[in-house]
Amino acid sequence: MIALFIRDIRLAVRAGGGFGLGLAFFLITVVLVPFAVGPEVALLAKIAPGILWIGALLACLLSLDRIFALDREDGSLDLLATSPLPLEGVVAIKALAHWVTTGLPLVIAAPVLGVLMSLPEEGYRWLVISLLIGTPALSTIGAFGAALTVGIKRGGLLLSLLVLPLYVPTLIFGAEVARAGATGLAVETPLVLLGAVTCVTVALLPFASAAVLRMNLR
Amino acid sequence: MGSIWEYANPKKFTRTVDVVLPPVAVLAVLALAGGLIWGFFFTPDDYKQGSTVKIIYLHVPSALLAINTWLMMLVASLIWLIRRHHVSALAARAAAPVGAVMTVIALLTGAIWGQPMWGTWWAWDPRLTSFLILFLFYLGYIALWAAIENDDTAADLTSILCIVGSVFALLSRYAVNFWNQGLHQGASLSLDKEENVADVFYYPLLVSIGGFVLLFVALVLLRTRTEIRARRTRALLARERMI
Amino acid sequence: MIPDLGKYAGAVLSSYGASLALLAALVAVSIWRSRRALRALREVEERVKRDG
Repeated sequence: MIALFIRDIRLAVRAGGGFGLGLAFFLITVVLVPFAVGPEVALLAKIAPGILWIGALLACLLSLDRIFALDREDGSLDLLATSPLPLEGVVAIKALAHWVTTGLPLVIAAPVLGVLMSLPEEGYRWLVISLLIGTPALSTIGAFGAALTVGIKRGGLLLSLLVLPLYVPTLIFGAEVARAGATGLAVETPLVLLGAVTCVTVALLPFASAAVLRMNLR
Repeated sequence: MGSIWEYANPKKFTRTVDVVLPPVAVLAVLALAGGLIWGFFFTPDDYKQGSTVKIIYLHVPSALLAINTWLMMLVASLIWLIRRHHVSALAARAAAPVGAVMTVIALLTGAIWGQPMWGTWWAWDPRLTSFLILFLFYLGYIALWAAIENDDTAADLTSILCIVGSVFALLSRYAVNFWNQGLHQGASLSLDKEENVADVFYYPLLVSIGGFVLLFVALVLLRTRTEIRARRTRALLARERMI
Repeated sequence: MIPDLGKYAGAVLSSYGASLALLAALVAVSIWRSRRALRALREVEERVKRDG
């Protein structure tokens, strides 16, 4: 399992592996927002938590199809499916690798981009915490979507259509934590709910993803 | 009469639809027209909402069906996964566009109904927002069916999507309520009448709901038969190509 | 014949209009697809019967 993990990370970090792509996209999105809504600092500060969450979410979306597609193309997915490793474990490891190479960098980049968006001081801590808790869910849900579309040529758009509605609970609670934190309001409720969604998702969705992979490999 | 599982046989199902569809369709039109005409022409205005209360005869039935269609798809998906009856999988596929249209009608009528009260065409009312998300789930489901070539794999994948989607739809409902309410704020601008609907509105509403339900049944029967025929055509063509 | 809808006439009429139009379109498309599927099936079945 660890070998699989390291292998996936290496593949992502290699040139052409999409490692920097998510970060670059995050940056570009956040840079575009003030051009769209005007540079007024008060407004930017108000929407900063939400915009940063959306930017992170969309950036996550970019590298989802890599989770399984490359392995399917060269046949390693079949090998993994027939190996003694449980497929659910394979899915979980791949989602974890995706998180480490995509979600985690976004979490680290978020405070930097928060400066661009005039995020209030108290907001930084909660932005990072909410993203830290929420992005694993994004990777796990993304892996599910990737499993569904693994056999579809140019299924990237369909992948987004399938995954984005599934992201709504995480986005709502995560952005609420960031927003409440930035304005000094109570964060306990959305924080707990965010954590609950992530826990349930990470624990159960790999089973659905594995079932889907088996169906696609038949 | 035998067990309902006999209708899992595509031929028997098709023959049954041929017989049953015309009367169901006629009943649907009658009930729908009856309910809507009764409601539109022969009920009074609400003292608070004026004539917009008449939108209830469209909004409530379509909203009910938007949700119940997804539930029916969920059940049909489970039946496919467990018992592998093709008719069940195809019925789910057939029902999805009907559910999607019902959702759109619920959204349109909900927005139009709310506009005089909210002062805006769309106010992110929690209930309507949940329907918007449901619409996205319908789109994704329909798109996935269309994207997969192998019929059985498509049925499998869309069934799993329906199940996972159902869980997330529920989660979203709670999340959206939280999002537009906080947990301790007052009542929302709810359009649905949890208050008692006066009898004078209630009965035409029931007839309307009946009409919508019958229309749903007629459409799903019709469309499932179409899917069965299309599938058979594909199978015959595939065999032709192999000979 | 149409009851006095007052100031909400536009709202009520457009709801009914849009909803009925959508339902009509759904029914029309469903019927059209049904006929097309039946035709296609008959064609292929004919061919299979002829060619054996």
